[in-house]
Amino acid sequence: MTAAISVSGLVKSFGRTRALDGLDLTVAQGEVHGFLGPNGSGKSTTIRVLLGLLRRDAGTARLLGGDPWHDAVTLHRRLAYVPGDVTLWRNLSGGEAIDLLGRLRGGLDAGRRAELLERFELDPTKKGRAYSKGNRQKVALVAALASDAELLILDEPTSGLDPLMEKVFRRCVSEERDRGRTVLLSSHILSEVEALCDRVSIIRAGRTVETGSLTELRHLTRTAVSAELAADPTGLENLPGVHDLVVDGNRVRCQVDAEHLDALLRAFGRSGVRSLTSRPPTLEELFLRHYATEVTA
Amino acid sequence: MTALTGTGPLLRLALRRDRITLPVWVYLLTASVASTTYSFKKLYGTAASRGQLAASLAGNGSLRALYGPLGDSGIGGITVWRIGVTGAALAAAMSILLVVRHTRAQEEDGRLELIGAGAVARPAPLTAALAAAALANGLLALLTTASLVALGQPLAGSLAFGCSLAACGLVFAGVASVTAQLAETGRAANSLAGAALGLAYVLRAASDASTVHGPGAFDWLSPIGWSEQVQPYGADRWWVLLLSLAVAGLLAGVAYTLVGRRDLGSGLLPQRPGPATAARTLRTPFALAVRLQRGTLAGWCAAFAVAGGVFGAIAKGIVDLVGGNRPVADVLRRMGGQHGVADAYLSSIMGILGMLAAVYAVQCVLRLRAEETEGRAEPVLAGPVSRLGWATGHLLFPLLGSAALLTCGGLAAGAAEHATLGDRAGSVAELLGGALVQLPAVWLTAAAAVLLLGLAPRWTSAGWGVLTAFVLIGWLGPALQADQWVLDLSPFTHTPHLPGGTFAAQPLLWLTLLTAALTAAGLTGLRHRDLG
Repeated sequence: MTAAISVSGLVKSFGRTRALDGLDLTVAQGEVHGFLGPNGSGKSTTIRVLLGLLRRDAGTARLLGGDPWHDAVTLHRRLAYVPGDVTLWRNLSGGEAIDLLGRLRGGLDAGRRAELLERFELDPTKKGRAYSKGNRQKVALVAALASDAELLILDEPTSGLDPLMEKVFRRCVSEERDRGRTVLLSSHILSEVEALCDRVSIIRAGRTVETGSLTELRHLTRTAVSAELAADPTGLENLPGVHDLVVDGNRVRCQVDAEHLDALLRAFGRSGVRSLTSRPPTLEELFLRHYATEVTA
Repeated sequence: MTALTGTGPLLRLALRRDRITLPVWVYLLTASVASTTYSFKKLYGTAASRGQLAASLAGNGSLRALYGPLGDSGIGGITVWRIGVTGAALAAAMSILLVVRHTRAQEEDGRLELIGAGAVARPAPLTAALAAAALANGLLALLTTASLVALGQPLAGSLAFGCSLAACGLVFAGVASVTAQLAETGRAANSLAGAALGLAYVLRAASDASTVHGPGAFDWLSPIGWSEQVQPYGADRWWVLLLSLAVAGLLAGVAYTLVGRRDLGSGLLPQRPGPATAARTLRTPFALAVRLQRGTLAGWCAAFAVAGGVFGAIAKGIVDLVGGNRPVADVLRRMGGQHGVADAYLSSIMGILGMLAAVYAVQCVLRLRAEETEGRAEPVLAGPVSRLGWATGHLLFPLLGSAALLTCGGLAAGAAEHATLGDRAGSVAELLGGALVQLPAVWLTAAAAVLLLGLAPRWTSAGWGVLTAFVLIGWLGPALQADQWVLDLSPFTHTPHLPGGTFAAQPLLWLTLLTAALTAAGLTGLRHRDLG
């Protein structure tokens, strides 16, 4: 199976600012891929390069087997896009904008359009300016989801949606995945990424810092452990791979690298364990760790 | 919290945003006045030569329609005659754009929401915009006066002239402050105020053309006419300035009342719901461009039909005034056609219509840039739409829309003129021809903007600068006896003066070829550059 998106060593500069600095991204066909990064890290720039709106300075980028710059028109027939900041034509109604965007791509399924309008509770008769941010996003979402594109590129599509609508959105994306579509989902809502995505790429300052399935990422990283021991523990601070250790009498809290978990548990065992909880790091912890490295480094 | 809370910072913000635009406007206006005075000093240095000019102008209705009456025949007087009306109209345009930019356009973009949430009184943005307009017009009056005095003109007349320009600017700042409350978009607010300015200009032209001595009686209906009625270097009627100030104040008062009564973001016309589904035809980038541009084009067509009709009807008054006694002024020959006063007048009018059509064409090209920067091009181009397909859909409007405008203007002028004059002047077809020969020059102006759009997108709005340069060359160049190569820089110089002049296809062909080349270069640039 070929990759829907494969990008390597992508570089894009705007004047002196290097927005993308050797970015890698691979999205397999049929997967929902989370694309994470702090503000200004280059997520939207990457997407705009993939859409052929920006020209890459260096590196390779393949999209659905074609070149995103040269084959833009033919490739766009097979994808649908929801921008992070949707602006609509002020004198076109939402329904007109949905129809136009769908027809440009070769037509919309009228039944699916009606169903999506109902699910997202969107009034299609309002004019562009009258919509709130969330409703403008719904217009773009309905247009994208009602198309039969094989690839959906969604740039922070839920940043203006309320929690109920976000739930609708999640259900829609899982349905799309079940129908075999590929989704690139750039998002800040980590619970959303955790719930929807098969694999995740985390980028920072225009570079990919981590990529893989959530399980892989968790495996590579630290586990949060808290324990109540029979006796006060000794020598924990000398164990390799133990971080943020807090010892309060016989209570211990710490983070431990996955490969050193074993050693820690043996150390606990020497003191005798009364209770023990360990939990895999949340995506938020993963995320924060990657973002925070700049500050601590 | 008073009604003024927040005005100071907002005024500073307005001046910061306009730190280039405003000085350029004021400089261009002042420099036009100063260079006109300077050249007239060289060209008409003696009282005898000025007397000759005054005599040749006295009976020439076409020049009166274009520039207004000649008051005093000193250097200052002929400067006022030559540039007073244009200067007042440009000061008005500057004020309209400035006031709308800092009120409705800001509100439309949502920036005023951010500002309104601060410790800012509701009318403060309007006050700041009006204060900025007052500053700009005050500066214009001051610099115009200073430059005229420096060129040896009497202080009183110079000050009266400077103030008459600023007074017209202030009246239209008032007009714009009202239209900014009525319309929901900056573009609509500008269009409404621009329509008022156009009406004022046409009223004044009709009034001046139909009067032999002094400013026309109907001048009192037009704020531009009030500026003429000040009669700088002649009667120096200062009290007329008070009329302008009073009307400006009154309009501002209306605007303040409206500000207090409406919601932020809304106009006075309620929003109506649109259709839930798109019409069958709305399926291509071209159909989208039609949908977005058709309203604007219809408005412009109506304006051209009205202007053409009024200017065409004035032709009779001009011919009647002159009778069989046609004065031969050097300036007249340079300005227009050679055959008959009516033809000379009508061909000048066609030249004006051509430049107005170029305003429309440049506006259309800039619309494309706005679609790009405001993010509306992105979802379209993320579909299977080539950049060329997207751009050409919009660019058909400067190309064909300007042809539609000139057809409307030419036909209306021809019909009105034919109805009033019968066979004493050119036929409807001749006037239509006179309007349509302007097209290649209009296209070339738009093509310059397309070139900027493709190769230097950040500078696309410099398309206005190109147009301004062409207008100034055509407006001032001949009267200032500028070198031929300077005149040749403007495509409008190469346009045949019809009706009356001789038709030459060759320059039109060259202009069209150059248009094609610039457009091709611009579109190639657009295909290869980053978007947004």
